[in-house]
Amino acid sequence: MTPRRQRMMLVGLFVAGVAVAVGLALRAFQENLLYFYTPTQAIAGEAPDGKKIRLGGMVEKGSLRREPGDLELRFDVTDNEKTMTVAYSGVLPDLFREGQGVIAMGHVDADGVFRAEEVLAKHDENYMPPEVAATMATDGQAPPATPPATDAALN
Amino acid sequence: MWTWFYRLASPPHFYRVAASLVPWLLWPALLLIVLGIWGGLVVAPADYQQGDGYRIIYVHVPSAYLSMMIYVTMALAAGIGLIWRIKLAHAVAASCAPIGASFTAAALITGMLWGKPMWGTYWQWEPRLTSELILLFLYFGYMSLRSAFNDLNQSDRASAVLALAGVVNVPIIHFSVLWWAGLHQGPSISKLDAPSIVFNMLWPLLTMILGFTFFFLGVLAMRVRGEVLEREFHSRWAQDVLRSTSIMEADR
Repeated sequence: MTPRRQRMMLVGLFVAGVAVAVGLALRAFQENLLYFYTPTQAIAGEAPDGKKIRLGGMVEKGSLRREPGDLELRFDVTDNEKTMTVAYSGVLPDLFREGQGVIAMGHVDADGVFRAEEVLAKHDENYMPPEVAATMATDGQAPPATPPATDAALN
Repeated sequence: MWTWFYRLASPPHFYRVAASLVPWLLWPALLLIVLGIWGGLVVAPADYQQGDGYRIIYVHVPSAYLSMMIYVTMALAAGIGLIWRIKLAHAVAASCAPIGASFTAAALITGMLWGKPMWGTYWQWEPRLTSELILLFLYFGYMSLRSAFNDLNQSDRASAVLALAGVVNVPIIHFSVLWWAGLHQGPSISKLDAPSIVFNMLWPLLTMILGFTFFFLGVLAMRVRGEVLEREFHSRWAQDVLRSTSIMEADR
């Protein structure tokens, strides 16, 4: 084996070794890498009790509501299996929509309601002008999200 | 067949070839970027969800793409330098690092500016954002490791090992949005099935990516010339080059 081939093997083995080590480490920390819990996981009690967690899912259409004379908003977050009600008083991000993804930071109360301290909108990977979204809706394809109709409910 | 390749690896020859390449890289870069900006700001329609705010992708996506592409280039050059003991390859790797770090910073900053109004936060410790930040630190680590040695050969070899170790982070960044559920959206253009982005929004983006790539190659060629000249400072050809340019400047 020439010295050059030897170095080639060495470099190859080194990169492969690092890749395997990092891969195993990521597998081992899989649970700690969990960025958010789905409603199903949160209801099943998989999230640590009494600790702050993130809850992620879709805002169910038509679920955004506010009691008259109260600043608190309520909406339902779903993963298409289980649904959890989120209570939040604060400013919602621009991309917050019914039917779009959302990530709420907070804790589950004794009454099963998720008390959020922070709500983040999760954007999807679709980019299109409003007309295309409207055409997709009339064609019977599910539009990726409702256009900004929720603003009225918020103001 | 390989003679042109070995000739290119000779520093004085590369120094000349790179000089003639620079205008062929930087002029197309300028043209493509101007076309891409016009397409992105004028032709592309507003988004149905984000309005005009999404237009930051015309800087964010090319920067993010280059931040990873440059790292792979750097690691490949470093590996070639280690295996074949080609000094020019180490010079290429060393020249990649500051450019790559700049694009990584650009991707992070534009992403944060977009994230505040759209997500509602500048920063979250979620997989995509964290792995991209690690990439920035890898570039910083590479550059500071290089400057930690006085001996150029030692510096080349030690930094090459770091560059190669860090290359595992590149697929992690790319697939982070698919492997773990985070806050960052999934890929829009690198999947082949249903288009996630309409054509009039897509072509300015692809034009910008191509323009940024040409810009990177042009700047890389300029940087490698400087790097090679510095490394070969005491050689005959470098002294000739330096003498001829300083005479030219004295004549002016």
